Amino acid sequence: MNKTFGWKLGLILATLLVFAYGIFGIPKSLSPEGLLSAMHERIHLGLDLRGGTHLILQVQVKDAVNADSDRAIERLKDILRDQKITYTDVSKPDPQNAPEKVVIKGMTPDGTTALRNGVLEKMQEYDLTPGAENTWVLAMKPSLLGDLKKHAVTQAIETIRGRIDTLGVSEPVIQEHGLGEYQILVQLPGVDDPERVKAIIQSTAMLEIKQVLSGPYGSEQAALAANNGLLPPNAMIMPGKAAPGQSGDALYLVTRSSAVTGNDLRDAQAGQDRNGGPNVNFFLTNDGGKRFQAFTSSHIGENLGVVLDNRVQEVAVIRDTISDQGEISGTFTAQQTQDLAMILRSGALPASIHYLEERTVGPSLGADSIRAGVRAAIIGMAAVMFFMLVYYRGAGINADLALILNLLILLGFLGFSQATLTLPGIAGVILTIGMGVDSNVLIFERIREELRAGRTSAAAVEQGFARAWVTIVDTHVTTVVSAAILFIFGSGPVKGFAITLIFGLLANLFTAVFVSRVIFDWILSKKERGEALSI
Amino acid sequence: MEFFRDTNIDFLGKKWYFLAFSLVFSVAGVFSMLFWHGVPLSVDFRGGTLVYVKFASTPDEDQLRTTLQKAGLHNFRIQQLRSGGTNEELISLDQKETSEQSLDQGKLDIIKALAGNSSTGKTDLNNAGKGVILEALLKADPLHLGTDANTRYAAETDAIINYRNVTKGGVLNGFDELSAVTKPEIVAALRDGFSLSKFGVKNVEIVGPQVGKQLQNQAKLAVLYSLLGMLVYLGFRFEWIYGVAAVLTVFHDTLITVGAFSLTNKEISLTVIAAILTLIGYSNNDTIVVFDRIAENLKQLRREKLADVVNKSINQTLSRTILTAGLTFLTVLALYLFGGQVLHDFSFALVIGILIGTYSSIAVAAPILVAYQDWRAEKKGTKSIAVRAKA
Repeated sequence: MNKTFGWKLGLILATLLVFAYGIFGIPKSLSPEGLLSAMHERIHLGLDLRGGTHLILQVQVKDAVNADSDRAIERLKDILRDQKITYTDVSKPDPQNAPEKVVIKGMTPDGTTALRNGVLEKMQEYDLTPGAENTWVLAMKPSLLGDLKKHAVTQAIETIRGRIDTLGVSEPVIQEHGLGEYQILVQLPGVDDPERVKAIIQSTAMLEIKQVLSGPYGSEQAALAANNGLLPPNAMIMPGKAAPGQSGDALYLVTRSSAVTGNDLRDAQAGQDRNGGPNVNFFLTNDGGKRFQAFTSSHIGENLGVVLDNRVQEVAVIRDTISDQGEISGTFTAQQTQDLAMILRSGALPASIHYLEERTVGPSLGADSIRAGVRAAIIGMAAVMFFMLVYYRGAGINADLALILNLLILLGFLGFSQATLTLPGIAGVILTIGMGVDSNVLIFERIREELRAGRTSAAAVEQGFARAWVTIVDTHVTTVVSAAILFIFGSGPVKGFAITLIFGLLANLFTAVFVSRVIFDWILSKKERGEALSI
Repeated sequence: MEFFRDTNIDFLGKKWYFLAFSLVFSVAGVFSMLFWHGVPLSVDFRGGTLVYVKFASTPDEDQLRTTLQKAGLHNFRIQQLRSGGTNEELISLDQKETSEQSLDQGKLDIIKALAGNSSTGKTDLNNAGKGVILEALLKADPLHLGTDANTRYAAETDAIINYRNVTKGGVLNGFDELSAVTKPEIVAALRDGFSLSKFGVKNVEIVGPQVGKQLQNQAKLAVLYSLLGMLVYLGFRFEWIYGVAAVLTVFHDTLITVGAFSLTNKEISLTVIAAILTLIGYSNNDTIVVFDRIAENLKQLRREKLADVVNKSINQTLSRTILTAGLTFLTVLALYLFGGQVLHDFSFALVIGILIGTYSSIAVAAPILVAYQDWRAEKKGTKSIAVRAKA
């Protein structure tokens, strides 16, 4: 008897120690403040308790698909030109809903074989099928389409992570969200004014350096008139900075293709221009540098434009060959240039982004919630413990000990698992108190019944535990099932609730059944034969 | 101490009273859902904007309403928060005013309308974040600091923000209050650089229509799967009729709880769904305890009628049922009374749910078993077939 008792007690004490470590780690001091701060480090609080911003955004994957099919159109035109096939038009009929489809119109039938071979050879990621009215449809293969969309989301996550990391937000969460809807979840603890962060995340910051063919012009008509009413090939009109001495945007005629783009950047830094105004200096990669060198050396005396998000930000005359650096200036504040440099460093987003959900919890509300939650937990627990003492007397102490241990293990679980404690999670803790005591009530009531039926104390305890066990397993399984479903379908705070409920119930199996039993056995071993049990 | 000892109440004999009671509440709830308040959904599910504002003094709601209307907002709702001081209001906007293109437009409109004339072009200190305040201090440099300016001003900013958010609950009434935590030079600099409105935003929730629909579907699926899981487990543990009875019981509880939300026009949010799923688990707990006892008794009392066995089982477990319900109710009541604003509706659902869940395990689940058995006996023309259990 004493021997088995020894290892059981040892097991309980070991559990106690392990989970106390889970809650507090190794505290620096044993004062209440020391313990509290140690607990703070181990148990992660959810956004709803510590304050912060929660965003769900959607990657507009069709942008990435459109970019790829735009390139496909250019390649297709090359093939058609090389094979000397005549056609009237190559375009996308529905870039919004079917960005992966390109239609070739007005092609002569004798070009069919050449076109087929050309596509088979040079554009393997596309399928060519005959369409209605003498047209041909070039569509991206479904596997590539899927990969492209998935890749856009992964790349967007990487880019956003890069941008947020430089903002110095501690423990941000950036991950894919939902089921195949191209959504991203971003959680930023401590960020209580999301405007700037949102702008930074969303910013496309697409940098291109293009040749400026002519300009500035006051209007589109003026730009066209200067070119005999017809745009030269590979040229487009783009808004940009105002002409000297003028206000408002001016228009420029720039090349469609770019000499270098944001993808060729090695680094970007906020700095100051010659007049002391804030600017951004950028540096190109080896590869980008070579292309830029080739471009500048062949265009000396002509104009180049620094284009940011389809706006000509800066126009400069190419005086000499430039290899690997340049600057962007304009009417920026110091903060803006820092943000811009950071965005340029993090790379471009593969597609634009829409925000679908935004939740901001101010830190004052989080503090209120913690206070209220802890107060409710203490009051609820005190009420339950008091009642158990009054109703079951001696056995009430047993139940109360089990309850305290239950809570300790639950908090320890939270500390070990790095799960976050949310406000509904605190509610889960409180519910665990109420539902956890149910196992004790079940057992105690059964023991009382057995005692009434005339059994000895030892036999009644034995039977009470054995018979209540079946029921306890049944009730725990069903509750864990609904909590698990909650965990799978829930989000954020609700997940936190499910986790504490599951942990609490698992811990309860140990405390209410095993620990309570050991305490009973210990009491029985101290009693004379036939002495009544306090229950 | 003992409340219930050897009770022998004929619960099944009162089944018509129970039926009437359940019907009255279910029908009232269903009527409210169909013809009165509908099923009030929070912004989580219907999409929209919700701004939780704390005012420096008790706001005049009529004036608030006119202010918002003047700002061009129409489909808004204003709700005063009873707990946690009377100067807090929830302002919510319809989904129509929350477009996916500019998700936070509604929020910005509300804040702009509330700031009203007091906005002088300067940033509002009550609604400024840490970054903004720190940058302003660095720029003004009131203490003329050298190299350690960044860390020094960051510490000052933290102190100011902490004072505003924690000590003052989110709203400063005047710049002078800040003298308590920071240097007079800094207070002067803040007075120069900022304005001070009469409100602070404590919480913002903006849900676009797409996410709202998604969350609705998820909630429905979660409830459905949870019921299904129960049906399967109980069917496997006992007989299928036990599973059906338990699921019908839980459905009854859910219906009445949602009905209570509709009747009181409280909004159903994500956390309320979590509460409903919890009560599904809880109510099922209660039912299983009774079922386990029925199964155990059926093995021993083979000759007795099912109705008698059921009655006996309910009486035997009555003490436990009432005790557990009472204790869980105590904790939930603590949550309802002291758990704060955010958990208010969550604990309301649990308060209702635990009352109904306890009642239903006695008054709904067991009678279904007996009714089924009677119906089968009648069909077969035999007198009585005990519903067996595998356990």
